[in-house]
Amino acid sequence: MDFHQLWTIVSTPDNVPIVLLLFLVPFYTWYGMRQAFANDRLIAELEANPEMAKTHHRKTQPYKTGWAKEVHVWPYLLRIEFLAAIIVTVILMVWSITLNAPLEEPSNPTLTMNPSKAPWYFLGLQEMLVYFDPWMAGVVMPSLIIVGLMVIPYIDTNPLGNGYYTYKQRKFSILTFIFGFIVLWVSMIVIGTLIRGPGWMWFWPGTTWDHNRLIFEVNRDLPDIFGITTRVPKIIFGAIVVGLYLVAAGIGIHKLITKTAFNRRIYARMSVLQYVVMQTFLIIMLALPVKILARLMFRIKYIWVTPWFNI
Amino acid sequence: MADTNGQPEKPVDTGSPAAGNGSGNGPGNGSSAVAKVLADAKAVRARATEELKETIKAPEKTDVWKSILRVKHDETPRSRALGVLSNVFLHLHPAKINRDAVAYKYTWGMGGMTFYVYITLVFTGTLLMFYYHPSKIIAFRDILYLESDVPFGKLLRNMHRWGAHLMVIMVELHMFRVFLTGSYKKPREFNWVVGVLLLVLTLLLSFTGYLLPDDQLGFWAVTVGTNMARATPLLGHAGPFGPQLGMTPFNDVRFGLLGGSIVDSNALLRAYIWHCVAIPILASAFMVVHFWRVRKDGGISGPAPMMLEREIKDVRKI
Repeated sequence: MDFHQLWTIVSTPDNVPIVLLLFLVPFYTWYGMRQAFANDRLIAELEANPEMAKTHHRKTQPYKTGWAKEVHVWPYLLRIEFLAAIIVTVILMVWSITLNAPLEEPSNPTLTMNPSKAPWYFLGLQEMLVYFDPWMAGVVMPSLIIVGLMVIPYIDTNPLGNGYYTYKQRKFSILTFIFGFIVLWVSMIVIGTLIRGPGWMWFWPGTTWDHNRLIFEVNRDLPDIFGITTRVPKIIFGAIVVGLYLVAAGIGIHKLITKTAFNRRIYARMSVLQYVVMQTFLIIMLALPVKILARLMFRIKYIWVTPWFNI
Repeated sequence: MADTNGQPEKPVDTGSPAAGNGSGNGPGNGSSAVAKVLADAKAVRARATEELKETIKAPEKTDVWKSILRVKHDETPRSRALGVLSNVFLHLHPAKINRDAVAYKYTWGMGGMTFYVYITLVFTGTLLMFYYHPSKIIAFRDILYLESDVPFGKLLRNMHRWGAHLMVIMVELHMFRVFLTGSYKKPREFNWVVGVLLLVLTLLLSFTGYLLPDDQLGFWAVTVGTNMARATPLLGHAGPFGPQLGMTPFNDVRFGLLGGSIVDSNALLRAYIWHCVAIPILASAFMVVHFWRVRKDGGISGPAPMMLEREIKDVRKI
């Protein structure tokens, strides 16, 4: 156990936000889900008792008849905002006094940094480079993430859970988002920051970053495993495998979104366009963990090899 | 000043409007004229003192005060509402909000704090611009100078750096909260789209700023980042179908981003302009839209009364 190495990584000034993220993301996930479960319990009560549903004010927040429904922004909101501003200022000040922003040597194109890392918020994308070519990891995937986030409101036809925390009423969308945000985005950032060392090799926390370490990994292309060596059959074979993945993932996702009676009800509200867009983005999103598993378990480099692009 | 302060009560009567009569200009003999001028001066001084005292005692009654604040500030609900509505900095707020909507538990306060950190960044960033030249060699020296010679320069840079990181974290958590509460649902769909754009602009702001110290860290981070651009399908010289469309390192999208084929002085200048001018303007514009839409879409989304499954109205199918 090399604690010195561990400390060097964790205390690198630009890694501090990740350490912060390691605490903040689980905390807020817990904080939000706790309210979701509290609300779910109340929902179950209201579902079971129609009389109560008519009279209850349908929130877990305390309520008494006679209380004003609304409060003045001044002072009840503005004082909170003022307090928040002060607290943020204090945090930022203390952080800035105690920790210096990094400044390395002057830029030198002839001296490559190893590992040379992007800013932490892009490390998820850089980590993706292990599994995909740059055009996919650096351009197509980020664009699809952005567009995919934008279309969320237009493909989510579930009218429940609008303006309150809930898990029960939105299981599929909550789980999908948590999968995308925490499993694929935050954890890949954490891996890229804390675990990837020289040569972008995997160093478990506590092991020494050995700049001379060599890993003999023979990653093979899928067509080669099947003994396909010439160009045209490779293209056709890859296209078939990718096509099979698309179909299989599509069927799997379809099964998932029509699993329960409630899910089927939401599914029935979707237009064809909404369904197609949702399938497209979910299939592509799922391709990332599938490719990661294919690499880690079967040492597969590319699935579809063509002269123009490889996937 | 001293003697007028000694007799505060006496000139109350002369302080009344009658005192300003301006008479006594007529010719007379010398000594009485001087005495009269002196008496007048004393009266004017007494009156001025009185007016000053009134002003200090009740500044809210002066015309200047009224012209700035326009409304009375007393303990009436009307005044409390007007205090928010008639203030340019506060008018994005409604006068009243749902009593549950002020709960930190629900909002996490991340959106507002993001905006506050953005303001902090604009402030510290503007100060940093006074000490920074976006050109090779000088840029790095400016940072050294800033850290060692400029008063509070190090603090300024640290605050800008950590503020930027904080903003990225807060934006992501804000988005997480908005998703968990389903706040992107009708009628707030479009505001979510604007929010995603703001997330992208936040990341771009942070990324363009990374290069500006012109040290190894920023240089290689931006090199790694922009190397992705050369792999852009169709538009990058190393991307799928790029070479077939005539892309070279000297005409592809990466060349456009860097102003050259390597990260050099042009890239530094471009990063600087994107970072300090173009993206802040864009981001500010989208923020205006974002906040405006929060209000127009009916204010903060909740905590809303829960809807039950049996209350879903089935949509008409075509």
